[in-house]
Amino acid sequence: MLLIKCPWCGERAESEFAAGGEAGIVRPANPESLSDEAWGDYLFMRQNKRGLQHEQWQHVHGCRRWFTVHRDTVSYAFREESSPVPQGGAA
Amino acid sequence: MSQSFRLKEGGRIDRRRKIRFQFNGKSYYGYEGDTLASALLANGVHFVARSWKYHRPRGIMTAGVEESNAIVQLETGAYTVPNAKATEIPLYDELQASSVNVSPSLAHDKMAVVQKFSRFLPAGFYYKTFMWPQKYWPRFEEKIRELAGLGVAPKARDADRYEKQFMHADILVVGAGPAGLAAALAAGKGGARVILLDDQAEVGGTLLSSDETIDGVKAVQWVAGMMQALAELPNVKVFLRTTAFGYQDHNLVTACQRLTDHLPLAERKGTRERILKIRARQVILATGAHERPLVFANNDLPGIMLSGAIASYVNRYAILPGKSALIFTNNDEGYRAAIALKQHGANVTVIDARPVSGGTLPQRAHGLGVSILFESVVVEAFSEQFDHHIEKVSVAAYRKGHLGEVVATLCCDLLGVSGGWNPVVHLFAQSGGKAVWSEEKACFVPGVSVQEQASVGAAKGDFLLAEALAGGQEVANAALGKLGLPAAPPMAWELDEYRENAILPLWLIGDRAQMGQGEKQFVDFQNDVSAADIYLAAREGYQSVEHVKRYTALGFGTDQGKLGNINGVAILAEALQQTIPQTGTTTYRPNYTPVTFGALAGRELGDFFEPVRTTCIHAWHEVHGAVFEDVGNWKRPLYYALDNEDMQAAVRRECLAVRNGVGILDASTLGKIDVQGPDAAEFLNRMYTNAWNKLGIGKCRYGLMLDENGMVFDDGVNIRLGENHYLLSTTTGGAARVMQWMEKWLQTEWPELKVHLASLTDHYSTFAVAGPNARKVLQKVCHDIDFAAEQFPFMSFREGHIMNVPVRIMRISFSGELCYEVNVPSNYGRAVWDTLIQAGQEFDITPYGTEAMHVLRAEKGFIIVGQDTDGSMTPADLGMDGLVAKTKDFIGKRSLSRSHTAGSGRKQFVGLLSEDPQQVLPEGAQVLREETIQRPAPMLGQVTSSYYSPTLERSIALAVIKDGFSLMGSTVVVWSAQTGFIKAQVCSPVFFDEEGSRQHAA
Repeated sequence: MLLIKCPWCGERAESEFAAGGEAGIVRPANPESLSDEAWGDYLFMRQNKRGLQHEQWQHVHGCRRWFTVHRDTVSYAFREESSPVPQGGAA
Repeated sequence: MSQSFRLKEGGRIDRRRKIRFQFNGKSYYGYEGDTLASALLANGVHFVARSWKYHRPRGIMTAGVEESNAIVQLETGAYTVPNAKATEIPLYDELQASSVNVSPSLAHDKMAVVQKFSRFLPAGFYYKTFMWPQKYWPRFEEKIRELAGLGVAPKARDADRYEKQFMHADILVVGAGPAGLAAALAAGKGGARVILLDDQAEVGGTLLSSDETIDGVKAVQWVAGMMQALAELPNVKVFLRTTAFGYQDHNLVTACQRLTDHLPLAERKGTRERILKIRARQVILATGAHERPLVFANNDLPGIMLSGAIASYVNRYAILPGKSALIFTNNDEGYRAAIALKQHGANVTVIDARPVSGGTLPQRAHGLGVSILFESVVVEAFSEQFDHHIEKVSVAAYRKGHLGEVVATLCCDLLGVSGGWNPVVHLFAQSGGKAVWSEEKACFVPGVSVQEQASVGAAKGDFLLAEALAGGQEVANAALGKLGLPAAPPMAWELDEYRENAILPLWLIGDRAQMGQGEKQFVDFQNDVSAADIYLAAREGYQSVEHVKRYTALGFGTDQGKLGNINGVAILAEALQQTIPQTGTTTYRPNYTPVTFGALAGRELGDFFEPVRTTCIHAWHEVHGAVFEDVGNWKRPLYYALDNEDMQAAVRRECLAVRNGVGILDASTLGKIDVQGPDAAEFLNRMYTNAWNKLGIGKCRYGLMLDENGMVFDDGVNIRLGENHYLLSTTTGGAARVMQWMEKWLQTEWPELKVHLASLTDHYSTFAVAGPNARKVLQKVCHDIDFAAEQFPFMSFREGHIMNVPVRIMRISFSGELCYEVNVPSNYGRAVWDTLIQAGQEFDITPYGTEAMHVLRAEKGFIIVGQDTDGSMTPADLGMDGLVAKTKDFIGKRSLSRSHTAGSGRKQFVGLLSEDPQQVLPEGAQVLREETIQRPAPMLGQVTSSYYSPTLERSIALAVIKDGFSLMGSTVVVWSAQTGFIKAQVCSPVFFDEEGSRQHAA
């Protein structure tokens, strides 16, 4: 069970959190102007990196805030401070 | 029976506390401090078990957790523990245990005859023998399982209670042997918060079984001093009888603390076991090492033990397990048993595979008069006894790696074996580290640490006491340094002089040309895996150690290969003509030792297994005959059974009451989300397919919500309470999901929107009063709202009071009838419900459940998200494209014009009428164009909802069918395994009051 640092509540057990996938996927400002393929990329294409991955989590059984972290998907180590101000990535 | 093998003095047992126990129905005595194994040995009982496959007699092999033979069924009934290790069971008054896998008794086991055929039962024989014809395998399996097995699973409910606890430490030390004690004391003195765990009832580890001196006192006295020093440090907590069984991510170590297993059954109360989840900033693994047996013919006879176990039984438990003993070793440590036995009067001969050893221990043994045969090995053990207790061994010459002729046959009643030591790298490996082979020490040692962790002492391959004590301080200081704490003042202790000569790695002893022909050479005792089985696997093409494990069963069972695995790896390496590191080990998985299901379940049992949510009307429902169904965690009345009526009769009565009189439904479980803020309308515009900014205050609107793929995600009726204030309703099951979904968009995508969300699901109770008489009921109890149709039209909302309780009333309908949904603060819910019921009495108000609700809505063709939709339905598929705004963007909109979602051939939402009006189509049944024998049949879709409609006096169904809108009026067939083919006609999903006049009733 990972130990995750919520920027608001500090280090808590993984069981308090919900994983929210890759961070930084910004919803296109004008979806109607996109081709099917470009819209499909936004919907479905994820990096699923081996190594350092920018991802978002929600402290769902705590303050309920979303935040982003950089986590190594091999070692599970968090590499940087978590960020309380996420941008993009609700999809 | 007297304890005739007990020494007169010494040991860590209390001779004043005599303990009576029963083994296989026979009474014995032992002392406090004994394990079941030591107490049996004190009584001369070696033969305690039969093996799993061949039913061979087996004795106690070890003195600890690695035991693979002495498996017993402990206690009976609610306290029974299958497959307990006799070496781990603390002796208590009136303990009862019996051998497993024997019938009718240990001595007269009828399946012992299997041994005669064992040559024909090598690894994999099941696959080769019983698989043809395949259909007979289940019959064979049943018999084989009877034949081969261990303990019996408990039938009675566990009488004990279990708990879980989270803990935090700066430094966690696992193992309180010399290395762990030194590390914990140094860490404690350095000011860290320390947790020290040990699986024994007292600290000391191997020192409890040792005759060494430290600082001029006996090792056990030194241990007591260390324990005293630890007890004086308030920042050090010691947990005994606690086994760390798992090393998880981010330095989470899981351990099981046994609180009552050492007590007589009658004295046990409170919690039996506690799972400790310890999150530590630094972990020090001082888990020690396990001795390896040696592999020769008949090496499993009772009376053959690990030499370290012999030393432990003599020194710690004051038992002389044999009077004429042989010790077969390839290293100096094996001599400890020889010394211990000799000092207590046994005749001892050491058979040492090495050319010579000038180490301290061999010299001391020699000085005591122990005979030593160098360059010799045991090739076979013999017994003519009924219990197979060892009687003699044949000894062969062994020079420069070559096995010579048999040179002697030696008689004995005890054979100690020592093939070297395996560091307990299990937790290290679970932490993500890889064990590496040390040629010099002939064992796998921990490689590079992956987590914040260090191994020390024997667990690291540093087997000497001096290394353990110095290493313990060293790793503690390193951990303190990482925590920013000062190093502890150095501690030094004077130790006995100790010189050691190197180990001579020794794996399989025997003539390779005779492989598989003579007596078996066991590698994994519990699973009856012999060296020949491993050779066979290699010959048959198995190369990976993981595959060989699964083919032969090497390393399975309750000991998980603690005793035999490394020997097995080495023998496999030889068979494959490669090195040991090339062969590698199997994966060390949690749990290190078996953990009871009780402990893992903890308190999450019965009522605590899963939360149950009930509405504030629940007690009323119960009294009035409600039969409940689970909707998410909620308990909802499915129907109310009056006078023993069945479900069909109850649903019929409830439906007709709503259509012809008035009914009342507890809809409190619907999700409610309060949305406030200047951007509330804009936010809803983005979340729902339809527009919200123009909805008048006090008006209601049905909302449809999609996911970004354009698929229907949730729905509900929302009201606008004010300019910047909406109240949303969601499906019962979707309440939490929708809240989370909205929060995610607000926080991560649109943080600029000024909107706040609050869940009001539990705060408000909702009652739907539905039916032609609904208005009359409401008018009786609520006087400050004008219910006249023109004043309070369909899809609008009013605030008023019932019995002085503020209520919000929405005129909306899920039944198609005139209906008012009354929302009331939940604390007053029951009072308002009672008031409505009482006011409705003169109209025969009928409470109705979810089944009647489903029938009523199906008659109207209203969907239930999750029943009629499955995450692949767009609004157009449901015939709801009218709800999709053209002029604004919203979640999922762009996906609706993708080629796949906008194309033809999609399943569409339609009604179905079976040809026979009395036949109710099965829900989930497949819809086909026509009857067919084609396989797979060309399927058009499936029935999503199906009921008997009391109003229409016929069956109705809803379905999703490929291009269903274009099939209106045509006949299809519905197939299910139970019913076969049924003809049905495709129709509009609205079966009743198509123009909606009833819900608009004036």
